Formats: sequence, structure tokens, C-alpha cells
Amino acid sequence: MNKNTLLYAGLIIFGLAGAFIFPAYKLQLSFLYILIVLAMTWDVQGGQMGYNTFGNILFFGIGMYVASSTQIAMFFSLAEWTDAGGEKTFVHTIPQFFQGFGVGILLAGIIPTIIAGVIGYGILGLRGHYFAICTLALGIAAGELAGGIEIIGAGQGMTVPVWPKGFGTNASSSQFLYYLSFILALVTFVTLKWAYSTRFGLVLNAIRDNEDKAEAMGIHTMRYKIIGWMVSAFFVGIAGGLMGHINGYIEPTEIAFAGPTFGVFMVLMAILGGKGTLWGPLVGATLFHLFKEGFWTYFLGWQYVALGVLIIVIVVYFPEGVMGWLREKYPERFGEVVDEADLKAQVELK
Amino acid sequence: MDFLIFQAPILMVQASMDGILLGILFALIAYGMALQWGVMNIINIAQGELVIMGGYIAYFMYLSGIHPAFGVIVSPIIMYCVGWGMYKLVINKVVDKDLFTSILATFGISILAQQLMNFAFGADVVVAQSNFGTTMLFNDMVTLPNAKIFSGAVCVISAIILVIYMKKSKLGRAIRATAQNARAAKILGVDTEKVYAATFGINAALCGIAGACIAITFTLHPYTGLPYTVRSFMIVIIAGLGNLPAVAISGMGLGVFEEWSDYLLGTEFRIAAVFSLLVIILVYRRFKLARKREYLK
Repeated sequence: MNKNTLLYAGLIIFGLAGAFIFPAYKLQLSFLYILIVLAMTWDVQGGQMGYNTFGNILFFGIGMYVASSTQIAMFFSLAEWTDAGGEKTFVHTIPQFFQGFGVGILLAGIIPTIIAGVIGYGILGLRGHYFAICTLALGIAAGELAGGIEIIGAGQGMTVPVWPKGFGTNASSSQFLYYLSFILALVTFVTLKWAYSTRFGLVLNAIRDNEDKAEAMGIHTMRYKIIGWMVSAFFVGIAGGLMGHINGYIEPTEIAFAGPTFGVFMVLMAILGGKGTLWGPLVGATLFHLFKEGFWTYFLGWQYVALGVLIIVIVVYFPEGVMGWLREKYPERFGEVVDEADLKAQVELK
Repeated sequence: MDFLIFQAPILMVQASMDGILLGILFALIAYGMALQWGVMNIINIAQGELVIMGGYIAYFMYLSGIHPAFGVIVSPIIMYCVGWGMYKLVINKVVDKDLFTSILATFGISILAQQLMNFAFGADVVVAQSNFGTTMLFNDMVTLPNAKIFSGAVCVISAIILVIYMKKSKLGRAIRATAQNARAAKILGVDTEKVYAATFGINAALCGIAGACIAITFTLHPYTGLPYTVRSFMIVIIAGLGNLPAVAISGMGLGVFEEWSDYLLGTEFRIAAVFSLLVIILVYRRFKLARKREYLK
């Protein structure tokens, strides 16, 4: 057994047993898995492809709304549900809840994927900061629009169906969500690890390094960019659907299309861990979650000030991230051969 | 289609005049953004927060019993120092990095500024009463608050002063030289570090003037900065860098668009309309350039 197998086995065992080892932190851990999914999928664009997006939050919000409104609308009238506003006059039975949940989560993956495909053709033609600002505007516009649509609760938001009574114990709801988020994070990781090892990953890196050259080599860059965005949208959408259930409540600008919080968190997590690496977003998300919980516990009231300072510090002083720093320190472990003479020549050139 | 604006066509005049006076404000903010974008190659997401901060300075004067209209003099002076400090603390470390770094760093500043303003002035929507009264036009059919006319005039005057300053003064020439070619300017003895700090300060001062005008004509709230950033970004990408007449025209166009969308779509979709317009404009320009196998640079 080599080191990597041990590492993977350890992480999987931690994930599977986590719900029992830390029963009090189950929700925190599910939250962490969602954050990992967000960071890893952001890295497909931001790190591997070089397209810094603020717009992945769009799919997060759409997934959240789609998942719970499907679950409600399959059995009740959606308008009446949002009118009732939290008073549980409608109760899902056990099979209804799980049917609705399954279909809802599935649609939460599929619909954002389709949307990403459709708008991707227009938006992925933009480059650099135009792309960044355009996606920023997209996320905020979506939040403001959702805040004006009556049937999904407008600005007040809507409640998510509650766990059916009489099924399992009190803890089973959070256990269920814990395992679903863990599986989602695992599947995302495995998919991306596989994708980065194929031609697809190479093309993404080629687009990041020089898109014009990649095009000149005969690669249909637009096709790959759209597929990359669709992959991100699929996982982010499902993560959004799960997040709606973890929160128990959906609100357009603060929770679903939360550009200034989640939309920036995913960028920060990837940069903190080291963008453009497989493990970076995962490490970054874990560290960031610890930071964030620390801020929210010890600087309550000042948490956003601390967050703003953290953003500036990370971006200005730590742009390479943890993995970038490790890579510089231990290049052999990353499979890089260090040529002393070459290094000296580079230093002299500088 | 029973829109109010078609039933009472005089509202079209009202909306257009409001829009133009609002648009002059946007144009001033956008000119500041174009200035620093052109000179330092930085997109400042905290632009809107600088505006709101300038507004709160006028509001603070109003609270302490001074007429808030004097804010248009005091606020740019204070904001110049704020901008200068911001440059020395953070921006000078991201000037020569890629644009996304500056976007993220200024995003951090904007979160920080929002929160600090929230602590200082509370999360209520506030307005500084100017008591300027209103002007009635067309048989009292169109109401025009004098405060809006005042703010429009202030913006036009400060834009003219700035243009003359940029043309005639030594610093103005240094700024324009740096915008053209920073390296050459450095070789010819321009202290670019100083020029950058001054540019950022001037931008912040422009935001301060606009903010003081917003404080007396509209409302202030700590978290409403981002729409101003997006508006000025939008104006700059339509008008191009350093083209003042185009900035003014597209600013007014945007103001008129907003007021009309207020009547046609409803006030709750106002921000959504602004942000969607940005996406539409960018995508339109992308397709137009793609025909020539080019892209927005």
C-alpha cells in the first residue's frame, strides 16, 4: 500500500464515520462538503481554464429553487405553499418526500446544466475581466429577478419541505443530508480527477495558457469551455439543492444567489488552497471553513470586517495558495525534476 | 398593456428629465473609473462604496447641523485622503498583477467598507434633507426637485474643472503620460508611484462629489454600493477609456433607461434591469467582435 492509497482510504473512512464520530458537528461537516464541491467546481473555470467566474453562484441558486419547488409542486400547489409562508398546513408523507427529493435533486442538476449550455455560448466568448464582471452581474441579476417572482415567494423566500415525521429518529434527517453531501463531494472529486487526466483536462489547461494558440492547433475551444461550465453547473446545482435542505429555508439574495458571500467564498477557497491544482480547492475549503467558523464565533458582529481583511490578505500576500507554496518547497513530491543548473540560469536571468 | 407611462405621456418627460439628471451623476462616477482603469489598469469594485462613503460624509454634516450641500466641497477633500490611503495600503501591491487580482482585492475592500459604514451609520436608509424645494414645469405636470438640478450642475462643473486640470497642470500631464506608457513616463522622470496615488485619490474625490450629491437627492444605505460600480463599469465599456463626451452621453442614456424601466417593469426590477443590461451589452459586443474573430480587450 503506498501513501496515496492510505490517504484516500483515510479520507473515505473519515467521511463515512464522521457522522458518528462528531455527531454534534454533522451539519458543519455537510456544509464543509458543499463548500468543497463549490471550490472544486470553481477551479474548473478559474484554475484550470483561466476564466475567473463569479457566476457559478447562479447555478447554486437555481439548483436550490428547482430542487425544493419540484418537491413541493409534485404534490401540492406551489403558490399556496408560498402563501402559507412556513405554516406547515401541507405535510409530505414518507414516500412523497423521498420521491420529490429524488426528482428535485436530479432536476437541480439537469436544469442548471442546460442553462449553462445555453448562456455559455454567449458569455464564454468574453475574456478576462469582462467575463468576471459579466458573470458577477449575472449572479446578482438572477437574485434580484428571483426576488420579484411571486410564485417562489418573492423577496420573502420560501420554506423547504421538512423531514417526514415518524421516519427514523430525530437525527436521521441530518445524517441523510450528511451522507448525500459526502457522496456528492466524493463523486465531484473522482469525476474531476478523472477529467483532468484525460484530453479534456489538457485542453482546459491549453485554453488557460494561450487560447488563441489552442484554437490555432485545431481545438474547438468554445465547445470545451461550454462543456467545462456544464460540468461545474451540474455539481453546483445539486450542491444548491442539498444546501436548501440543510438550511431549511430559501431566500433570494442572502442564501440562494448570495454573490457577496458564497459567490466570493468559492473563489477565495480555491485561491487559498492553490488554484489550478486538484487538491488545492479541497485544502482551501477546509481551511476557509475553519477560518470562517472562527470568525463567526470569536468576532461575532465583526465577522465581515475580518472576512474583508482575509480576502485582501489572501489575494495580495498569498496568491499562490497552500498547494503553490508546498509545490515551491517540495517540488520532488509533485513529480517535478529540479535542474540545479537551470534554476541558477533562471535566477541570473531575473 | 396598461402601463401608467402610456396613459399619462407627460410621465415620459418626467422620466427622461429625472434620468438625465441621474445620468450626469453616473457619468461622473464612471469618469473616475475610466481614469484609474486607463492609468493604473485596475478595476475598482469598491467604487460604489467610495460613492456611498462620500454620501455619508455629507449626511454626517447634515446630522451635525451644517447644510449638506457643503458636502460637495468637504467630501471630495476627505475622500481624496481615503483614496490615497487605500492606494498606499492595498492597491500599490496589486497594480502590476493581473486584473482579476485587483478585482478580488477591491472586492475585499468593498466588503470591509460596507461593514464599517454599517457600524458607523446603521443599516437604515437615510437621506440628508437639503430643503431646496422643487421646481414645477409644464403647468405643474412635471416636478423637478431643485436638489437634483443642483447636483447636476455640481457634477458638470467638477467635470469641467477636472478636464482643464488634466490638460493644463503638471500632474495632469504626468497622469496622461503614465496612461499612455508607464515605462516611458518613468524613464522621462515621472514618479509613477506618486501619479498612481494621485489618480486613485482623484477618483475617490470624484466619487465623494457624486456621493454628496446622492445624499441630498436620493437615499443612502451601506449595502447599495455595488450597483454604482456596475453602472460605471457599464458606462466605461460602452464609452471607452478617456472619452469624456461619450462617457457623459452613455451615462445619461443609462439614467434615462433606468427611469423608464422603473415605470415599465416596476421598481423592484430596477437593479435587475441594470445588471441584465450589462450582460446583454457585453454579449452583444462579443458577438459583434466575434464576426471579425476578435474579442473584447
